[in-house]
Amino acid sequence: MAEVAAERVSKSFGDVQALNGVSMAFADGGFYALLGPSGCGKTTLLRLVAGFDFPTRGRILIAGAPVDELSVEKRDVGMVFQNYALFPNMSVEANIGFGLEVRGIPKSERRRRIGEALDLVKLGGLENRRPHELSGGQRQRVALARAIVIRPRVLLLDEPLSALDKALRVEMQIELRRIQREVGITTIFVTHDQEEALTLSDRMGILRDGVLVQEGSPDDIYENPKSAFAATFLGDANLFAGTADNSTVLLHGGDSLSVPRALKAGPATLAVRPEKMRVLEQGGDEVQANTLRATVSQRIFAGSSVTYILDWRGTAIKVFAQNDGSRIAEPGARVVVAWDREHTIPVTP
Amino acid sequence: MSRRDRRFGNAGRIYLGLVLFFLYTPIFVMAAMSFNASPFYRLPVEWTTSWYVELASNQVLISAGINSLAIAVVTTVIATVLGTGAAVVFFRHRFPGRRVLQILLLPPVAIPWLIIGTSMLVFFFWTGVGRGFHAMVLGHVALALPYVVIVVSARLAAFDIQLEEAARSLGAGPWRVFFKVTLPFIAPGAIAAALFAFAISFDQFVISYFLAVPGFSTLPVEIYTSIRKGFTPEINAVSTIVIAISMLLLLVVARFYKFGSIR
Repeated sequence: MAEVAAERVSKSFGDVQALNGVSMAFADGGFYALLGPSGCGKTTLLRLVAGFDFPTRGRILIAGAPVDELSVEKRDVGMVFQNYALFPNMSVEANIGFGLEVRGIPKSERRRRIGEALDLVKLGGLENRRPHELSGGQRQRVALARAIVIRPRVLLLDEPLSALDKALRVEMQIELRRIQREVGITTIFVTHDQEEALTLSDRMGILRDGVLVQEGSPDDIYENPKSAFAATFLGDANLFAGTADNSTVLLHGGDSLSVPRALKAGPATLAVRPEKMRVLEQGGDEVQANTLRATVSQRIFAGSSVTYILDWRGTAIKVFAQNDGSRIAEPGARVVVAWDREHTIPVTP
Repeated sequence: MSRRDRRFGNAGRIYLGLVLFFLYTPIFVMAAMSFNASPFYRLPVEWTTSWYVELASNQVLISAGINSLAIAVVTTVIATVLGTGAAVVFFRHRFPGRRVLQILLLPPVAIPWLIIGTSMLVFFFWTGVGRGFHAMVLGHVALALPYVVIVVSARLAAFDIQLEEAARSLGAGPWRVFFKVTLPFIAPGAIAAALFAFAISFDQFVISYFLAVPGFSTLPVEIYTSIRKGFTPEINAVSTIVIAISMLLLLVVARFYKFGSIR
């Protein structure tokens, strides 16, 4: 187990720049998510850490030492693949024991450690099954056991849950977190599923077009996105463009919003989370810092919550409301959408 | 089932029956006659194994049979190793000319053996390779190689390259990855390909005929030569043995190579 670092790592494949100057530190024992749309470079970064590919520029360090000289088989990393990549010609036991056999560990110890690993992933009794005789969730667990039984320095997960159905995915998320805590291994997890990244990781990095857009704890990134991309990729956000003047941003059409801190004069973009907004009747007496007059164009009722799509001067605004007993506004109703100044986040466009 | 369907069903059955009849009757007749005492195909069959006894003392046919086996085995080993290697390289690497090489594998399958045999004879004579065992092995390997590459490639197409990556991430070096992960996956295809190669070499007549030298020829060539001199029921006997061996091989192929699918 060890800390991992990427230092100004760039990687090109021919003319394609997959990663561009990414620096990120992964602390010992931490659970990290790399999140981004497909083609953002997250898998490339994972493969560079694994040693399948080598950076064009920059370097990868494991336990403080550069690993440029080490290809994957010498790097001592555990990897779980998207489609599990279990060896079809081997039993569960042989799959898990493969890495131990490679390391020349004697048979008796191998058996003991395979048994421990199977207990850890709760698959005791399935030693002699072949991969094709297992369910998707069981294959996932075997792949995980195979990766951690060698006690690698880092555990790398490449979209490991994407092949599972929703219910199983949630179950495996909890399992994955439990196993990671029990083993205490530095884990880097690639996903395009923002909810998965939010619920699983201690820290996460959002990538876009080969660049690390933002890094931090899930709640920090969620509450304080630095860019419009981070705000909209991780959760939902309404974006407002205007001109900043101190701690006020003048929107087109004469409305203005106040922001928590003074901004540099000039064009500004603001992000507001839909669940931070409230839909009020016009002429109501509740006073909040920021209000806009809008018309309800759609309401989507989902039992415990209601999603409103409002029309404000031709721009759609999304609002998530709890069904807390207050009257539900119908399409066509003229309303006021209101929120606190603290929830008006200045972002880069 | 409608009347029309039933009529087509019957037509299909008759068609299938005719195909099987013309395919297998000559073989059964030959096998039956190899056990018939009469050398003139007289019926009813009078059971005897005397033709097999006579065959056992026919040194020409026996040594030709041994030659055929030796050439087929050597051809199989060389063609399977080379062809499997080529298929793996085609699968794993993208290099300039890859597609051209792959396409170049196909014409030898389509070009008539007579033409290939003639060109080999001319080429081997011209280059000084000459004729005989080594020339036959060269010719047979060249002929069998495309089949091996095609059969093994078909198997490899279903191979998940991540299996190799998984093995590497667990610490396995390239040789261990190949022998523990890649080869076991290819094996059914490689075995089927080896049997194809064996059959192609063992049944080969045209090329062997051109490349045979006095004192060294193969079983098909010797069978042809004896028939030209005058037919004897010994030929029925040796042919029956060859058919039995071929059938056995094909049953093994069927065991390993499911048509169009991966076991």
